[in-house]
Amino acid sequence: MTNLLGEEDVAIEATLNGKPLKRRVKARQHLADFLRQDMELTGTHLGCEHGVCGACTVMIDGRTARGCLTLAAQISSKSVETIEGLTDSGKLSRLQSEFIARNAAQCGFCSSGMLLTAYELVASGRKMSRAEIREFISGNMCRCTGYHAIVDAVEAVIAKNAKTSVGGKA
Amino acid sequence: MKARNFRYIRPTSLDQACCILAEGGGDAVPLAGGQSLLAGLNMRLSAPKLLVDIGDLKELTGQSYEDGAVRLGALTRHAELLGSQVIQKHVPLLVRAAAHIGHVAIRNRGTLGGSLAYADPAAELPACAVALGATLALSSVVGEREVKAEDFFKGLFETELKPGELIVAVKFPAIQPGMAVGFAELSRRQGDFALVGLAALATMRRDRIGTARLAYFGCVDHAKVARAVSAAVTGLATPLPDTSAFEQAIRQDLTPEDATGLRADTKLHMATVLTRRVLNSLSEKVTP
Repeated sequence: MTNLLGEEDVAIEATLNGKPLKRRVKARQHLADFLRQDMELTGTHLGCEHGVCGACTVMIDGRTARGCLTLAAQISSKSVETIEGLTDSGKLSRLQSEFIARNAAQCGFCSSGMLLTAYELVASGRKMSRAEIREFISGNMCRCTGYHAIVDAVEAVIAKNAKTSVGGKA
Repeated sequence: MKARNFRYIRPTSLDQACCILAEGGGDAVPLAGGQSLLAGLNMRLSAPKLLVDIGDLKELTGQSYEDGAVRLGALTRHAELLGSQVIQKHVPLLVRAAAHIGHVAIRNRGTLGGSLAYADPAAELPACAVALGATLALSSVVGEREVKAEDFFKGLFETELKPGELIVAVKFPAIQPGMAVGFAELSRRQGDFALVGLAALATMRRDRIGTARLAYFGCVDHAKVARAVSAAVTGLATPLPDTSAFEQAIRQDLTPEDATGLRADTKLHMATVLTRRVLNSLSEKVTP
């Protein structure tokens, strides 16, 4: 009976990096694979593929999500933003500058996910201690630079934003 | 790894979802936030033939407070538990617990109903539901029924849910004056699975524990009331000078097995330490 229900190819209509997206996707394909293979947006990385490492972090309707724990089919009627879109729009520019200034990216594998998580943190407008920043980014693993410089960079952006209190940029 | 092939369908109403699940039988699995399910599929721990995406069903959303209980739709995300004033005021245990569930990105997607239906023995919310005496509203083509949380969890990843049945909402009794909740969890890293965790609800008479309802996670096969410990701590004055009053009871309620890198007696010791920690925190948390 079941083979009569549902589809192996699913039609989706969504927004990707601000542009409308209309496609057919494989039901079993997760969002990170769809972005990388079908859309050639390879800034979204894949590490563990079971939700532990955070390399595949994307934004869905403005909140971070695991690209490997979301099916491409699930994004229909939702808005997805990736490291490419957020970079082009300039929303990440402050974070990126501070990451570069403090050498908070070494191999770069975690950086896209780390930046998106940091963006959600900074955009929340909350003032956070270093311990709270560490907790917030605990779902994103870095295996080379270490977290110290990353926490420094996030802390610096929070401090700058507090001074200028200009919205929109992180 | 990648998930095996499956088919996908996104019903637009609860009735439609129930019909699809009834027709699909054992081959059909509901998909809500997918934060446990999709990880399992990627690792090929399971291979359902049909995923029924219930993520858009309006009938499964919403928060309301009436008749002394907070009703949360099954699709309530963990992140919503952290940010809701209604929940903070009436069901503060859920707020304490939600902070320990995975990481930010996981909490943005994972759902209350999903966590209860998956019934991971290391999950926080099943233990909270049991400790708080929550009631689950279930729906299927046959109709609706209500099940108490302590009757819902049956075993390792086993629940009272019949094939074709969905959790629609969960009702949590609101905290009353003189009550306190406690929560603590030990894991290897922030956001990791709990090695040992404890959710507690108690009525307090000044610094003395009146009645207590404790539920452990991470060291049991399924969420249940820890009856021996709950009874043993009744009437105790806090802060407790040591753990002698409930050490035996912990050995009755918890029967962990040796695992790689973690012996059963270590788990029992951790549970003992955690229990005293939670009990001693209660008197500071009493609802006025």
